[in-house]
Amino acid sequence: MAVQYIYPEYEVVRNHDRCIVCRVCERQCANEVHEYLADSNRMAADDSKCVNCHRCVALCPTRALKIVKTDHTFKENANWSGKAITEIYKQAENGGVLLSSMGNPENYPVYFDKILLNASQVTNPSIDPLREPMETRVFLGAKPENIERDENGRLKNNLPPQLQLSMPVMFSAMSYGSISYNAHESLARAAAELGILYNTGEGGLHENLYKYGKNTIVQVASGRFGVHKTYLNSGAAIEIKMGQGAKPGIGGHLPGAKIVGDISKTRMIPEGTDAISPAPHHDIYSIEDLRQLVYSLKEATGYTKPVIVKIAAVHNVAAIASGIARSGADIIAIDGFRGGTGAAPTRIRDHVGIPIELALASVDKRLREEGIRRNVSIVVGGSIRSSADVVKAIALGADCVYIGTAALIALGCHLCRSCHTGKCNWGIATQREDLVKRLNPELGYRRLVNLMTAWKHEIKEMMGGMGINSIEALKGNRLMLRGVGLNEKELEILGIKHAGE
Amino acid sequence: MREGMFRNVSGCAISGIFSRSGRRFSGKLIIDSITVMHERSNGLGGGFAGYGIYPEYKDFYAFHIFYEDRIAKKECEEFLEEHFDIINLSKIPTRKVPQITNEPLIWRYFVAPLPTKLADSQLDEREFVVRCVIRINTAIDGAYVFSSGKNMGVFKAMGYPEDVGRFYRLEEYEGYCFTAHGRYPTNTPGWWGGAHPFALLDYSVVHNGEISSYDANRRCIEMYGYKCTLQTDTEVITYIIDYLHRKKGLTLKEICSVIAAPFWSTIERKPQKEREELEYLRSAFDTLLVTGPFSIIVGFEGGMMALNDRLKLRSMVVGEKDDMVYVASEEAAIRVVQNDLDRVWAPKGGEGVIITLENGES
Repeated sequence: MAVQYIYPEYEVVRNHDRCIVCRVCERQCANEVHEYLADSNRMAADDSKCVNCHRCVALCPTRALKIVKTDHTFKENANWSGKAITEIYKQAENGGVLLSSMGNPENYPVYFDKILLNASQVTNPSIDPLREPMETRVFLGAKPENIERDENGRLKNNLPPQLQLSMPVMFSAMSYGSISYNAHESLARAAAELGILYNTGEGGLHENLYKYGKNTIVQVASGRFGVHKTYLNSGAAIEIKMGQGAKPGIGGHLPGAKIVGDISKTRMIPEGTDAISPAPHHDIYSIEDLRQLVYSLKEATGYTKPVIVKIAAVHNVAAIASGIARSGADIIAIDGFRGGTGAAPTRIRDHVGIPIELALASVDKRLREEGIRRNVSIVVGGSIRSSADVVKAIALGADCVYIGTAALIALGCHLCRSCHTGKCNWGIATQREDLVKRLNPELGYRRLVNLMTAWKHEIKEMMGGMGINSIEALKGNRLMLRGVGLNEKELEILGIKHAGE
Repeated sequence: MREGMFRNVSGCAISGIFSRSGRRFSGKLIIDSITVMHERSNGLGGGFAGYGIYPEYKDFYAFHIFYEDRIAKKECEEFLEEHFDIINLSKIPTRKVPQITNEPLIWRYFVAPLPTKLADSQLDEREFVVRCVIRINTAIDGAYVFSSGKNMGVFKAMGYPEDVGRFYRLEEYEGYCFTAHGRYPTNTPGWWGGAHPFALLDYSVVHNGEISSYDANRRCIEMYGYKCTLQTDTEVITYIIDYLHRKKGLTLKEICSVIAAPFWSTIERKPQKEREELEYLRSAFDTLLVTGPFSIIVGFEGGMMALNDRLKLRSMVVGEKDDMVYVASEEAAIRVVQNDLDRVWAPKGGEGVIITLENGES
């Protein structure tokens, strides 16, 4: 047997006193970790295959299983971490680019966790959302420069197309292909019930889901998969994906193995061919080209739908956003470096891009300085983990947030970050029929509705505490925020004061 | 530390008296009204606005200016001479009152923009005046224009409002409308400019409350050339009203539906046309919604508007007697000047009470 450089990261611990050898773990694990030993009538596990997704743990009827991090260790080294060493072993072995999934897990600052919210005391009253109306409805889209009146002096509705949402949260782009049909259906139905929107991602839209069109954002990305006139007109808005927080500067790659059946049909590419989205849009090499695509899409849809331009948060994000705001876009979506993905080169995911909090603060400020903030709405994602993050993002200046990872977690994702293997035991990031079946859209959509309902309650509580009874009064209201443990420069960029000031 | 360097939260008393027929009455009446509400202020600011008080100069902008010293006055007067015809200038008459001390130099100028300067600027006359006022207030150290409308004037100081009224000899002025403010700030403002009313052109605002939307409103309005140098609610509300009324051409009623917008649940119950209009206003001007407690009285040429926040978190009462309309934080402040009222009521949250001269002229 060859030398094995890599010791498994996790160990499957089985309490044999509790194990009844029902073999459910064996059947549930697509990674084939568990094995039945007939001779001894016992279960065994191959730790090296375990991705720590908790599927077996969650299904074990006697709670006989748990997964622990191995205590096997390298000699301590403050420079060469076990992770760094292991990655070199892997690359020395296969000569390939390291792949990862979901958002950047590394130890960079999380600014949301260094920002605190205000509450009313004495000089103005806090408001109890259980007793008083508390409004979370938002409209996304450009606002008119001037009012217009008809011949009777009545105000004319000269608003460009707007998206109406019951709360400032939407489900972000995750393609049919990267996630399963059942995951897509769960998102679509939840969005419809909640009065918000979900996003097709770049894999087109399955014909069964056209009926959720008014709660759908249809995406146009560099691969143009699944894009046709009916598709564009089936949604409430169109999103041009220029970039993604998890992998700024590079495109996408859905392996041919996943391009089967309806996915091939929806993407309009032959079965078994790799779906490769180029890094740039090859018809957009500059800002003036973007403007042409924005207007092409508006022409195709009769100027009835807002156009979103989604970019990754990179160093020059404020200037880029300012350019987009002058290019006919109605909404800018900015995706932070913590944003999730179904697959990305590890080095890109972990080392490219900037935190969404800083990107948002500087974009909002720049657009205001230039007097064009009302030309566009701002949506941010990557990553929003709780209702508190939502409130902080709105107060920093966002109109709305996108959630992707949080929605998947609600559907059962355990953040094992192995989506790129296509063997998601939870039926989310997989196209294997037996696995997809595990996610019941009826239950999945309900869990998403529950999560958003809970967040909405929490958002209202926090707003009420601040004496704010409508979400628009929170938008860009940075006096409601204070930083803790941030330096002068960070505070300056965030445009907030330090706690105690 | 002085106001403008920190955010100063205030409780307050407000009062307003208006003659619909345009009959001019003495400023004594408004002093009597605001005096009753002594307990609602703490001696750290009081002030008045009077409309129709300068009929002999009604075609000229009346600038009331605080100077900290003669250097500031000289610099400011040079600026004024460069941009305006100065028709008349004088000290604003005051009397010594023991309670009012540390007064700055207080001057009044009746001016008209120089036609050549105005033409060069390519601005309309009122915008030209606004820009000049903002320029003086932000660029000339120690000079502060606190009143800049036609046929109206603001009088304010550190102190209780009744003392401020006596200091400015307000009883000697006659107008068709007066508003008053007694302030209860949580911090000392440090200078007279922080007192209220806050005014720009003929718009003046007296306000009681602490708005929770302050920074959202401030950051929105500052996109349009305004500078919130005082960091007070009153300042930002005045700018919002100026922006929506003068620059965007909304009616006062429409402005009420923006800054104290009805709840969505209320809007949905309205007839279709009204519903569409209200939806439009809330969506188009979303970040100018003002939340948190406030009651305000807005004075303007030929009219007065009283408005409460959408939840009515501050008291405000309106009374009517013949052609006279009274608005105050407390009914007592109305009764003390007119006990025999035809009608008295507390307007609902977000329900603007708009009073204008019957003949439409001032």
